[in-house]
Amino acid sequence: MTLRRSMLFLPGSNAAMLSTAFVYKPDSIMFDLEDAVSLREKDAARLLVFHALQLPVYRDIETVVRINQLSTPFGPKDLEAAVRGGADVIRLPKTDSAEDVHQLEAEVERIERASGREFGSTKLMAAIESASGVVNALSIAKSSPRLIGIALAGFDYVMDMQTERGDGTELFYARCAVLHAARAAGIDAFDVVYSDVNNEEGFLKEVDLIKRMGFNGKSLINPRQIELLHNAYAPTEEEVDYARRVIAAAEQAERQGLGVIALNGKMIDAPIVNHAKRVLSRAQASGTRK
Amino acid sequence: MKIVKEALAGTLESSDLMVKVAPASDGTLDIVINSEVIRQFGAQIEKVVRDTLGKLDVTEGLVVIEDKGALDCAICARLQTAVLRGAECQDLDWSVLS
Repeated sequence: MTLRRSMLFLPGSNAAMLSTAFVYKPDSIMFDLEDAVSLREKDAARLLVFHALQLPVYRDIETVVRINQLSTPFGPKDLEAAVRGGADVIRLPKTDSAEDVHQLEAEVERIERASGREFGSTKLMAAIESASGVVNALSIAKSSPRLIGIALAGFDYVMDMQTERGDGTELFYARCAVLHAARAAGIDAFDVVYSDVNNEEGFLKEVDLIKRMGFNGKSLINPRQIELLHNAYAPTEEEVDYARRVIAAAEQAERQGLGVIALNGKMIDAPIVNHAKRVLSRAQASGTRK
Repeated sequence: MKIVKEALAGTLESSDLMVKVAPASDGTLDIVINSEVIRQFGAQIEKVVRDTLGKLDVTEGLVVIEDKGALDCAICARLQTAVLRGAECQDLDWSVLS
């Protein structure tokens, strides 16, 4: 089970951050070639990311590269650098339709064949940043077997909706739509960046909301938010204890050839067992909640 | 690859480097390396610089490196960027950039 609670954004043009970000231990590191890089540094960032991807220190962390849109002069070159550099995942910005993903998928296939990279090894994720993207979320989420998740990107979305970031009301429908689309497609869902990095209380409030909604995790712009996020997603000791008892009961039932089992008078079925496994995975990754 | 104009890449921030390339006036390749860690890593930095220039087939020009403790991958990337800018090269040959 791959945990994707935290996806840390790094500006692709910052050599120091690219060289050291692994120490913060996010679940995924996202090298950004899009909005965080000025137009005149796009070429430099592309090469920095291409080489950083090949650093041994990133072998144990999922690497994601946010490319520019393929319709820009930068996007196709970014994609070459990311796929040839060995990125685990390509993040497509401003995804409005399944066709955007199909176009990306075709280009990734071409580059994998040309570079000798294992076919199918480059995964994709789509960032939804507009009303059109939200409306088409389900078809986007089901558009490619390479998709590992879809992400809601808040800033562009609220601009498109002619509103602004606030208490979350402005994201209510989009969060629900993106999350349901991801779950219907069997892929992960990522929530928006929380940009007020000094507001720990506000950040944790938002994390509590999106965790209860069912999001896998969140895009982050500051390493300080990683530990807060991981701790909030960590199960309590009581939850871990219950998960262990569920797994033990399920294993015993399997040995006895029983289909349906009960624990403390409550029926235990496959979804509950899967949830228990997820709880133990999170506990193994980050311990229990402090 | 022939350097046809002056070009810069990088920054002077810690863990980065600034690279300047310029056309050669006399057909030679001159490399100047200034680094805060020249005593410990001077030879390794020069090796990365010469290997990178070799792959790009840069045989003449002036290359000035102001290193602030960058990793090899950053040295390679910044030097490639400066050379590609100095050579006005838009088409990337990934086999020589690896």
